[in-house]
Amino acid sequence: MPKKSLCGEYGRCLVEMGEKYPELVALEADLKESTQSIQFQQAFPQRHIEVGVAEQNMVGIAAGLALGGKLPVTHSFACFTSMRACEHIRTTVAYPRLNVKFVATHAGISAGSAGTTHHAIEDIAIMRSIPNMTVLAPGDAREIRQSIEAALNHQGPVYIRLATGDVEDVYGDSENFSIGRATELRKGSDVTIITTGTMMHAGVMAADKLKKDYGIEARVLQMASIKPIDRQAIIKAALDTGYIITIEEHNVLGGLGGAVSEIVAETGKAKVRRIGIKDRFSGTGSAAWIRQEEGLTIDEIINQTRAFLGKDEK
Amino acid sequence: MRKISDNRTDELKQITDKARKLMVEALICAGCGHPGGAFSCIDILVALYFEVMNIDPGNPFRSDRDRFILSKGHSSVALYTALHLAGFIDLKTLLSFRQDNSLLCGHPDASKVPGVEANTGSLGHGLSVGVGLALAGKMNNDSYRVFVLMGDGETQEGSIWEAAMSASHYKLDNLIGIIDRNKIQIDGPTEKIMALEPYKDKWEAFGWKVREINGHNLQEIIMVLKAAPFVKGKPSLAIANTVKGKGISFMENNHEWHGRPLKGEHAEIARRETKSVN
Repeated sequence: MPKKSLCGEYGRCLVEMGEKYPELVALEADLKESTQSIQFQQAFPQRHIEVGVAEQNMVGIAAGLALGGKLPVTHSFACFTSMRACEHIRTTVAYPRLNVKFVATHAGISAGSAGTTHHAIEDIAIMRSIPNMTVLAPGDAREIRQSIEAALNHQGPVYIRLATGDVEDVYGDSENFSIGRATELRKGSDVTIITTGTMMHAGVMAADKLKKDYGIEARVLQMASIKPIDRQAIIKAALDTGYIITIEEHNVLGGLGGAVSEIVAETGKAKVRRIGIKDRFSGTGSAAWIRQEEGLTIDEIINQTRAFLGKDEK
Repeated sequence: MRKISDNRTDELKQITDKARKLMVEALICAGCGHPGGAFSCIDILVALYFEVMNIDPGNPFRSDRDRFILSKGHSSVALYTALHLAGFIDLKTLLSFRQDNSLLCGHPDASKVPGVEANTGSLGHGLSVGVGLALAGKMNNDSYRVFVLMGDGETQEGSIWEAAMSASHYKLDNLIGIIDRNKIQIDGPTEKIMALEPYKDKWEAFGWKVREINGHNLQEIIMVLKAAPFVKGKPSLAIANTVKGKGISFMENNHEWHGRPLKGEHAEIARRETKSVN
């Protein structure tokens, strides 16, 4: 299956949304080609506001635009949005629940050899701990489109975490994203694999292989809506399968694995294994190499799942 | 610009006297708060709410209203007092300042108080919000103006200068910044803690048209702010030279009164010094 550029897809989507929502205004902090807000600028030059290298100011301006009746969408890398401008997001936007959307690209380690300065393995943990904030991490072209439109229709701040790079489609015609709902990508009762963002592809591939090669039936839930999280789907997975594996391109502390564990711990009905960045800054290398190092691969998900279920060859 | 009449100046002076008296009461009731910067900026707030801004207390969300952002949110007691005197909130609410379950937080929450436009209190945020509101006004062809009152110490925050740069870049002549230049911050004199001078030159270098005023002279504040934009195509800045703690003898020019509870003997002195008005 051909791969698609996530930011490219996002850029096209934003142009369509610009036609549909006349109050939509895009803000950019000098990364328009990387974030692909350039597509919106070309379509609607009067509604694209360049703020230069000034993420804190971008967030404040977005707050003012929202107060002035606009529908602002900010653009920058996830590291700068969630950390450089964090307090501005929390205090000036989330506290009064202003209608601002933060599109945070190059999330996780997807910026690869650019290094830790340009990675964001902390952003889910940071953003989901802010009251009033909705946190989304879509993982393919179709899910991006659906989550962006859902975010624009949601009244209040939304942090939308996107990876850079090309990914294969996972969503088919029958899959649909909505805020607060998990998307079931594979049915299964032996174990549940919960993914977020672009890890859903590896999660689905691993599940298919687990079934084919080992007869393990893994349920796959894509949790693109990290906050609010689908509590019911998690509790059901705990009760039905007893084993839950979370997979995320984020620190194992505080992200998807943390959010799922919080709920499972309250029920005490399942064991959880978290696959993610092992609370460390990565070495230098491509995104693919770092994923390999951190076990964020199809093979490693299979190994971990089998070990978790006690079915590995010892 | 025509001067305002002597009668009107006298009326406004009485309002500022009353405001100081109410601020003393609200601060005593609260048992905490930030007196110094509130007393330095109250004359500016009275000028704005009673003469300069186009506002309607009966319809606080009217779309063409001028917007005011108190970027120095710790001076909230001055804002709440001005809002009370202008008719936005009642006396009982004002005197509930900072108390349990009050609408009036130490740093203002717009969702709770009619007339408050933005949640401020974390220094260095308000000017960016003002830039966004002014941009929205330009995009929508709205006539409103945006006033942002900043503390001088606050402008040590880098984000203020990000905002200052963007305001002139986008030629926001519907944006008016005001600096409460009382020259004192929590830890001491601004020039000793982190020097701001040459202050006017800095703002001019960032593309603003700057005027200096006496921040306790109502006639001067009103004349200058009503004249904004000072030039077409540029944001305007009024540097209001003020006295921290103005009107309360022991607070004047004393950095220890930035955020000290008003109680005991000090409360009695403050009451005495502001009691002459009704």
